[in-house]
Amino acid sequence: MTTKHFVNKAPFDPNATERLTPEQERYYMATQWQLMWWKLKRHKLAMISGAVLAFMYLSVILSEFLAPYALTTRNTNFIYAPPQTINFFHDGEFRGPFVYGLKYQLNMTNLKREYQEDKQSIQRIRFFCEGEPYKFWGHVAASTHLFCPSANGTLFLLGTDRLGRDVLSRIIYGTRISLTVGLLGIIFSFIIGITIGGLAGYFGGWVDNLSQRAIEIIRSFPELPLWMALSASLPVTWSPILIYFGITIILGMLDWTGLARAVRSKLLSLREEDFALAAQLMGAKPQRIIVRHLLPSFTSHLIASATLSIPSMILGETALSFLGLGLRPPITSWGVLLTEAQNMNAVELYPWIMTPVIPVIIVVLAFNFFGDGLRDAADPYR
Amino acid sequence: MIPTLVAISVITFVIIQLPPGDYLSTYIAELQSQGENVDIEKIEALRAQYGLDRPMIEQYGLWVLGMLQGDFGFSFEYQLPVSEVVGDRLFLTLVLNFATIVFIWIIAFPIGIYSATHQYSLGDYGLTFIGFIGLATPNFLLALVLLYLANVWFGTSIGGLMDPEYIGQPWSTNKIISVIEHLWVPVVVIGTSGTAGMIRRLRANMLDELQKQYFVTAKAKGLHPLRALLKYPLRASLNPFIADIGNMLPQIVSGSAIVSMVLSLPTTGPMLISALQSQDMYLAGSFLIFLALLTVVGMFLSDIALAYLDPRIRLGGSAEK
Repeated sequence: MTTKHFVNKAPFDPNATERLTPEQERYYMATQWQLMWWKLKRHKLAMISGAVLAFMYLSVILSEFLAPYALTTRNTNFIYAPPQTINFFHDGEFRGPFVYGLKYQLNMTNLKREYQEDKQSIQRIRFFCEGEPYKFWGHVAASTHLFCPSANGTLFLLGTDRLGRDVLSRIIYGTRISLTVGLLGIIFSFIIGITIGGLAGYFGGWVDNLSQRAIEIIRSFPELPLWMALSASLPVTWSPILIYFGITIILGMLDWTGLARAVRSKLLSLREEDFALAAQLMGAKPQRIIVRHLLPSFTSHLIASATLSIPSMILGETALSFLGLGLRPPITSWGVLLTEAQNMNAVELYPWIMTPVIPVIIVVLAFNFFGDGLRDAADPYR
Repeated sequence: MIPTLVAISVITFVIIQLPPGDYLSTYIAELQSQGENVDIEKIEALRAQYGLDRPMIEQYGLWVLGMLQGDFGFSFEYQLPVSEVVGDRLFLTLVLNFATIVFIWIIAFPIGIYSATHQYSLGDYGLTFIGFIGLATPNFLLALVLLYLANVWFGTSIGGLMDPEYIGQPWSTNKIISVIEHLWVPVVVIGTSGTAGMIRRLRANMLDELQKQYFVTAKAKGLHPLRALLKYPLRASLNPFIADIGNMLPQIVSGSAIVSMVLSLPTTGPMLISALQSQDMYLAGSFLIFLALLTVVGMFLSDIALAYLDPRIRLGGSAEK
């Protein structure tokens, strides 16, 4: 008795025992960045913060278009005018978004400027309108704004400052400077951090020792006084734009230490991996091994930690400019705007000149939440 | 620690020498712009007296040697030796920073324990959220807002570190009381971010310890929960309180420098900035050195305290592989 040898005619499928659902397959085949994105999407707060930041950076590109007034337009009849509120109804009748005109009066007893809403004059806000002409990014002449005051009217949603300049417009222009300072600074500190950390981690030995000592010394310095001393040493003769770059370099120069440490410790462990040895045996130069083989393994981690250190740079610039050691007018950042708030008596009478505080706090919070979410998403063990 | 201090003194010296020219050339330009005669001989004499005409290395050597002997150089702006200009500012800075650390400890301690033992409760979430805001709000802006609110609500200024009548007076009991009364505002302002960070670390550490088996065993054997908590996990998670001083100190010193400018406290901050602006190099240099010294010595002390408190940590010996 022999049983017949059985042969299944169907083609052999190696996955027969464990069939993958399309979702599983999609998950297993996803790249590292896709996985990060999916994880990040689940983090609500981080997504909201990311959207806020995206919006803010978009406004950096479109500052001239978004601001109803130019950076330096002086409305000499409206010095320290209070914020005008947007109304929709006048006497119960819908009139679209409008503001009431301002009536100015000098109180002769205490010489205080007093403004009152003139209920008779209704000034409708215009949208996508022709307003004050400007040069887009200093080059393309245009005059279209997102919204502008009605003809011969005023629109100071956040009031005006001591020269009658619209605070909201100045905040919008300040965003351009404040946000790019952080970005440029982090690029600068990224370059130094990766170079020094990379060299220290890959070569070890005395290179490592030297850089570690240097990092220790820099870290033991209190940051702000050092920033202050360095920016005070920028020559007075420099143009404001040079000062701007000088400040970003100073901010980046003290910030790279954390990054360099992270790069170093990662490299120290990764260079022992087989793929690094293989690349070495095939004759790759250290630069190629570091940049092409080792760095990609933890780029996501680096980006997350960079996101977390941008706010400290923005704050540093704000603090320096606030003290008068940082950027100088005509370059206007939030910190430069806040210098006006140093005078407590003025703030008490005209509290709206403190409003640049609000975007600073929003941006710093958003960067923190977004960076936290990014770090969690980049961590494969969570 | 000593090599670090030497390196710091070199960096400080280089920084204060960075601006082109020295105080005397600024001084000459100022006099000339006012149309006054400049006595070249007097200027040259001053320059020789303070060694400004010598090579950099020699100037550095003189400066460091002088400092070691307690001579911090001469403040050109005030026309007085630095040690006299500084007065009790250094001491008040020390008091302010120390008070801030104590404040952070006192506040972070109970909140951290509460957050860890009541994980994911409403209180935990609320405190974590407040902590986040504390972490993100820059303290000089907080100081500004507080100043404004105090002005509007109470009609008083919360700036300063003592009542005006005690300024420039010798120390007395009343003056000390006045300082203590004023101290809390800057302490709270400077301490918020540090407190928030400390709470987060203490909470994380406690959570780790609470899951360990020795704690579960202790509770299972019938030890009172509070006693078990205080006896074991708390002690193990106390390390960051000491170890973090090193991380916190640079932050606190930075924070106190700018906050004292906003609140116009008689500490090193406001004088440092004016010294930097007028290129009063010895004065600025002494302040920078002092602030750096504060952090370095603080870190050193915290390392020693940590080694003393935690038997797992050994200084000097190398780790076994």
